Amino acid sequence: MAVWRWIGLAVVLGAGAGYVLTRPAPLSADAIEGLRGDATRGAVIFAAAGCASCHADADEGAEGLGGGHALASDFGTFYAPNISPDPTHGIGAWSDLELASAIVTGVGRDGGHLYPAFPYAAYNKATMRDVVDLIAHLRTLPANPRPNTPHDIGFPFNQRILLGGWKFLFESDDWVLEDAGTEQLARGRYLVEALGHCGECHTPRNALGGLDKGQWMAGAPNPSGEGRIPNITPAALDWSEAGIAEYLKSGFTPSFDTAGGSMAAVVRNTAQLTDLDRAAIAAYLKAIPPVAN
Amino acid sequence: MTLKTLTRVLALSAVGIGGTAFAAGHLTPEQQRAIDARQSHMTLYGFYLGPLGGMAQDRIPYDAAVAATAAANLAALANLDQAGYWVEGTDASVEGNRAKAEIWTDMAGFEAEQAKLADAATGLAAVAGDGLDAMKAAFGPVGQSCGSCHESYRTPRN
Repeated sequence: MAVWRWIGLAVVLGAGAGYVLTRPAPLSADAIEGLRGDATRGAVIFAAAGCASCHADADEGAEGLGGGHALASDFGTFYAPNISPDPTHGIGAWSDLELASAIVTGVGRDGGHLYPAFPYAAYNKATMRDVVDLIAHLRTLPANPRPNTPHDIGFPFNQRILLGGWKFLFESDDWVLEDAGTEQLARGRYLVEALGHCGECHTPRNALGGLDKGQWMAGAPNPSGEGRIPNITPAALDWSEAGIAEYLKSGFTPSFDTAGGSMAAVVRNTAQLTDLDRAAIAAYLKAIPPVAN
Repeated sequence: MTLKTLTRVLALSAVGIGGTAFAAGHLTPEQQRAIDARQSHMTLYGFYLGPLGGMAQDRIPYDAAVAATAAANLAALANLDQAGYWVEGTDASVEGNRAKAEIWTDMAGFEAEQAKLADAATGLAAVAGDGLDAMKAAFGPVGQSCGSCHESYRTPRN
């Protein structure tokens, strides 16, 4: 019957469209052409992007970005990989283009999708210059021979091909704060939404692990199961801009409590930024919509 | 501040916090007292850090006498023997309380953090009256020890 032929055609077309929409899409070959990395500048990007918080060697005292830090999630436990310049276990053998592609598109060296535990859905808004500088800095760090720990992810989430669907549904390079009216707000937005990837913890997720952007920065359950990551929209965070900036510098809250848990590592990074950048982050946090909960 | 005043502040603060009734009724009185006492202790740290931090952050003018007194009290607090606070069954599974289970499974590491704070606060007390720069330099390690202990041994707020 002719109708079966039509259905067959629709299935083939649908599968084809699905494949095209969800296949890994790395950077084009000329994406970083003409850019030369500045390792000194890259050190600041490295701090702003919080790389060491996950990729530092999980064994106390070990030098370099050997990885191994466990990230609990609803889908299983991810282990941050070795991104030190070690040629076997780290990224020493990766080209700049391969690294840049992993950072902004979430496509690995083997051409497959990377898990979004690596926050490429935030880094996709980073400028290519910052990415290239960051890579130049990574290459100056000590090599660490720690072998990677395989992720502990069950079926079906261990099927990386499905991540193409995740990207199709949830990855966007649109800004959440659409209107950054001043240069300071635009800088704060870049630091928070792109490099700092603050929303990865401070914004709740849906059942498939996509960020619920209508609840941007409204707090979320702690993936490790202990306590909650706080709401930092103006509905809950009533510190002054100066108070927020000071917290990001010294870790002290206005009432002289201190940052703890995972935020302690974040403050070690934000402490390396300039006062202007910390003020920009504070201004951004005051400008996002208040979400009460 | 004399030891008597300090004791009084500790006691009053314990009453204040205890009065807000953090935990459900299934705690023993001993457990409840331990939680109240250590939370009061933390409140007092915050109280004495206030003037020191304000000066270190250039938000209030440096005053040698105020700094020296606050730092002396902070050091006295940090050097108190706190072993009695960590009664079994009082970790973060008890509501209104953020003490990580790691305190009990890694008591040596936890005590090392306490010792770090005691050393830093003693160092700060020694120089807090000697000028803003000296005070600022010694204040840094105090803040770092607060942060590193909270990083490993305190859960996020619920």
